[in-house]
Amino acid sequence: MVSESYTDRELMVAAAAREIDDGDTAFVGMRLPLIAFQVAVSTHASNALSVFESGVMRDEPASDFLHTMCDLPNLDGALSTTSMMDIMSRLQRGDIDVGFLGGAEIDRYGNLNTTRVSSDSGEIRLPGSGGACDIACLSQRTVILMPHEPRRFVEAVTYNTSPGYGDGGNWRDRESVPGGGPDTLVTTKATFGFDDRGEMYVDSLHPGVELAEITEDFPWTLKTTAEVTGDTISRTDPPSTTVLELIRKFDPDGFWTR
Amino acid sequence: MIDLVLVSMPDSKVTDLEAAVKRIDSGSSIAMGLALEHAIPFAAGHELIRQGTDDLTLIGPISDLLFDQLVAADLVDSVRAAWVGNVSAGTGYNFRRAVEAGDLTVENHSNFSIALSLKAGAMGVPYLPTRSLLGSDIFEENDQLKATEDPYSGDRIALVPAIRPDWTVVHVQRASPYGDAHFWGNSGVMIEAANAADHTLVIAEDIVEPEVIKSDPSRTVITRDSVTAVTEVPCGAHPSPLAGRYNRDNDYYLDYAKRTSSQEEAASWLDEWVHGVSDRAEYMEKIDRDLGISDPTVAAEVEYGQ
Repeated sequence: MVSESYTDRELMVAAAAREIDDGDTAFVGMRLPLIAFQVAVSTHASNALSVFESGVMRDEPASDFLHTMCDLPNLDGALSTTSMMDIMSRLQRGDIDVGFLGGAEIDRYGNLNTTRVSSDSGEIRLPGSGGACDIACLSQRTVILMPHEPRRFVEAVTYNTSPGYGDGGNWRDRESVPGGGPDTLVTTKATFGFDDRGEMYVDSLHPGVELAEITEDFPWTLKTTAEVTGDTISRTDPPSTTVLELIRKFDPDGFWTR
Repeated sequence: MIDLVLVSMPDSKVTDLEAAVKRIDSGSSIAMGLALEHAIPFAAGHELIRQGTDDLTLIGPISDLLFDQLVAADLVDSVRAAWVGNVSAGTGYNFRRAVEAGDLTVENHSNFSIALSLKAGAMGVPYLPTRSLLGSDIFEENDQLKATEDPYSGDRIALVPAIRPDWTVVHVQRASPYGDAHFWGNSGVMIEAANAADHTLVIAEDIVEPEVIKSDPSRTVITRDSVTAVTEVPCGAHPSPLAGRYNRDNDYYLDYAKRTSSQEEAASWLDEWVHGVSDRAEYMEKIDRDLGISDPTVAAEVEYGQ
């Protein structure tokens, strides 16, 4: 059953949860991906594990709301509370199936910037990488979640905090970046894939969104799945009632999702 | 069994917070906030502010608020970190203002590169190799990070140089007077940093008899030979959480974000919450919130013996 009413962010969480396969080890980090893991492991991915760079590893949702990965409900009942070196070593040896990322800016080849951006009044300093650079370099694949705001889509990022496909083609091989790179971008309006050369293309539109509305948000000519796979652009599935109920259970006041 | 007769005792390293923090000189490099959002030594940070210990270099993976507070107090020359801000609200306004004004030098890291730097320091080696960083601007703009060919596989690989902080400051659940510390919950890069530093200050919720530590040696994460001073400060990690002791005070983080977006506001926040309280006990009285554990989980019993 499909739910009638949900927020953009709830839709993003539902889409992100679908990106976690049963049996995956997911590098979750914070905010929306954290809820996405809790939804996935409660529904289709009961064999999934989550890891956090703080050193936490879990096989089930936390029993209370989380503002951060180190909130006590995330530590209570964890599989392991260990060190960052333990978690990052799993990432480096290739054991993380999917890593979640966000960013202030993304470019045509999925490079992400969370360090500094330019504005009319000068440079704006952002908090920085945290574990994002490592997740981008080393995960088997990454899923990126971002609000759909035109200023975030740039021809080339001001600062490449978390490498995607560089300037395209075999860039990752040339630069010795071992992980698989960006697989999916989920915004509040659409989901995107990346073609063989690492270029972003629109794959599905969220309910109520038309292609013409979003193409003008990009400073380059946005490819569509029709040009890449030959398929027509699909509609993103809205969250099911079950998934929506779970999202609201894990974020009861809508701190992250409303 | 052999009957042990001890004719002398090890030296106690216990001191109060004010005296412990006095040992940290201006111009020092200090690693703290090492378990990420968990167990951040805020009480020690606030004492540094009260004492005006300046020209500091701060080292850490992420800093959830504490570095922003020390920057607000104008005590920091440079930061070597992967992320500085306020995890509940995003931006740390004082950090942002200082960087944008050119008043603060930042060496951008990833979490893993800070972990490797401290691990190299702890291991006594000059650097460690990694497959992370290559291709990023973190690598490109930092001359200290090098690329080399792995002499075994021929792969291109990045090298991260060791960091040896002058001081590492940690907050733990309990420690003996000699400096041996028990800690549980996620540790981030705390243990590496304690072993990499010239001096480690251990702040404990409780100072306990040495026998308590030795009853569960697998829970000991730092030993006395790495420790310069031990201080008992209940709730010393507030507003960050501490496993088994107290929850994160999220409202405090949101309130801080609301009240520190300008320099003047930040100064008034510091006056109220740092300069305006004489010690941690007075501070906690002012907080007046119940952050205690309502539903404790008791670990299964562990036996040692012979």
